Amino acid sequence: MIHDRYQLAFKLYPYARSADQDADAPVRHPVVVLGGGPVGIATALDLGLQGIPVVVLDDHEGIGQGSRAICFAKRSLEIAHRYGCGQAMLDKGIIWNLGKVFHDDRKVFEFNLLPEEGHRFPAFINLQQPYFERFLVERVRQAQAEGAPIEIRGRNRVDQVEVSDGGALLTVATPEGPYTIEADWLIGADGASSPLRGMMGLDFDGRVFEDSFLIADIRMVNDDFPTERWFWFEPHFKSGASTLLHRQPDGIWRVDFQIGWDVDRKTELQEENVRARLDAMLGDVEYEIVWTSIYTFQCRRMKKFRHNRVIFAGDAAHQVSPFGARGANSGMQDVDNLGWKLGAVIRGEAPETLLDSYDTERVHGADENILNSTRSTDFITPKSKVSHTFRNAVLDLAETNAFARPLVNSGRLSVPCTYDGSTLNTPDALEGGPARTRPGSPCPDAPVSDGFLLDGLGHGFKLLAVNTEVPQGALPVVSVSTESDPEGALAQRYLGDATTAVYLIRPDQHVAARWSSYDAQAVSEALSRAMGKV
Amino acid sequence: MTEMLLNTQPNIADPDGFYAELIAAHDGLSDEESQTVNARLILLLANHVGDREVLRAALKAARGD
Ligand SMILES: Cc1cc2nc3c(=O)[nH]c(=O)nc-3n(C[C@H](O)[C@H](O)[C@H](O)COP(=O)(O)OP(=O)(O)OC[C@H]3O[C@@H](n4cnc5c(N)ncnc54)[C@H](O)[C@@H]3O)c2cc1C
Repeated sequence: MIHDRYQLAFKLYPYARSADQDADAPVRHPVVVLGGGPVGIATALDLGLQGIPVVVLDDHEGIGQGSRAICFAKRSLEIAHRYGCGQAMLDKGIIWNLGKVFHDDRKVFEFNLLPEEGHRFPAFINLQQPYFERFLVERVRQAQAEGAPIEIRGRNRVDQVEVSDGGALLTVATPEGPYTIEADWLIGADGASSPLRGMMGLDFDGRVFEDSFLIADIRMVNDDFPTERWFWFEPHFKSGASTLLHRQPDGIWRVDFQIGWDVDRKTELQEENVRARLDAMLGDVEYEIVWTSIYTFQCRRMKKFRHNRVIFAGDAAHQVSPFGARGANSGMQDVDNLGWKLGAVIRGEAPETLLDSYDTERVHGADENILNSTRSTDFITPKSKVSHTFRNAVLDLAETNAFARPLVNSGRLSVPCTYDGSTLNTPDALEGGPARTRPGSPCPDAPVSDGFLLDGLGHGFKLLAVNTEVPQGALPVVSVSTESDPEGALAQRYLGDATTAVYLIRPDQHVAARWSSYDAQAVSEALSRAMGKV
Repeated sequence: MTEMLLNTQPNIADPDGFYAELIAAHDGLSDEESQTVNARLILLLANHVGDREVLRAALKAARGD
């Protein structure tokens, strides 16, 4: 029997018998993805859209109930847009810019994210994770209809994995009994408690934070709270050592109470106890409780994400505290990074060692995320008396002293990392070029004559020509002119003090190399390097 | 090199007067309140200095490392 470990929000892939279950010998697949969370489904989309056959195995028949992630960052939306479902997410999501920080009963200050103009997507949207996942699965359905070789098998639980040099043999439990399949490549996207990691006896070390958080998603009856992020340190209503209030679509609000380490989960989750906290906070407001949960967290990662033919991504590979919304957002960046590399290796265009750069680049990303979320956590839940004194001193000062406000850390919002020092990068050769687009950087969006720059980049390697001619050759060329952008965003982001520029852009929209003008030989060398051939 | 950035030579006019002011800033405060004032003071001064190298050298010197 396969039991649900959680309730479903959307039943999108009910169990169906696969031909593999009736085969005499285990059927072999180029790629098997273990886990149908956001990371697993996005991986299937990336590979499937490249025409690479991929099978996703998930032990449930759809998407889990309960909104874990609510903040999705610009970069995740850009990646989803490349897959063809970013707009649907944006349409459903809630855009917010204003945040308020309180200490006790005082407002310490407020901040405006002041989003930079000239991007297709906002800095952030709030969207319940089940919706985010549903848009990905709906895009899979559409892609399948267009011929993308993707299969999602619900109620397929991987119970055993035998790893060899050439791939893996998986034993899969189903309601109709077990079967086995083989994979040339196995992607471990089976979440923070990754059974695959366990089966392979791999490490997952890091720091445990001794605190728990009670989440309540509520629907307010008279909903006149503004669309802002409110964060309390030591709130006067005493419902938690810190409290967060944040709006989601459908009139739902996320309330997150920091309730301490030594708590009895069952007691705390009883409705009257949850209501006691909410009532103290909200006063005389009517609401309905939609979902509650208690979570604790750790900041940790695997030492290596690539283990020969088995590659880990998302929460299975790294876990962070939720402060700063770096979980699902960084998982999407893993997929973005892995997809084109694995595709190139499977097609025989790149050596297998290209995948080692997935390891180094995404380990670098994970370390950056762990560092940021650990720092936020240390500010929100001070670990010593002196740390608590300094934290409160910062909050005291922030009310009247501008200098203290940047020190207040109630979660730094997730931004994609720059792969500085990656072996795929060619040293910067654009004199005066902006730092934000140096080799290794994710391309910032910008307005161009027919829409937005990122629409033209990605999928394969591209040459981006800014204010200069580049002959069409081995690579597709995207030509843009700063004349079509009177606000100057394109020039600011891609030229800096230079007057012309040529960029080599990777399929994941990261910069591989840049020069002031086109040189066929230099481009060819940079391309080889970015494909892991030198 | 970094130690050179942190001025550890006499730099305060009327040292006795300053010292008295520093102690007086804690007059009538409980130990806990004094801790708070000290923390605010450190933050205010750190921001005034601004230079991360100098701050790092000061942190090191304060610990006696
Ligand atoms: C309270 C909270 C708030 C959060 N807020 C944010 C936020 O605002 N922004 C953000 O970006 N992130 C946030 N996160 C993190 C985010 O939820 C995770 O990072 C994200 O779900 C990870 O996706 P994943 O696909 O790697 O793993 P998961 O979503 O855990 O998916 C793993 C899948 O694998 C399946 N599986 C497991 N074992 C097996 C098996 N043996 N066989 C078959 N299938 C299996 C599971 O059923 C599941 O479907 C938050 C997390 C929490 C807890």
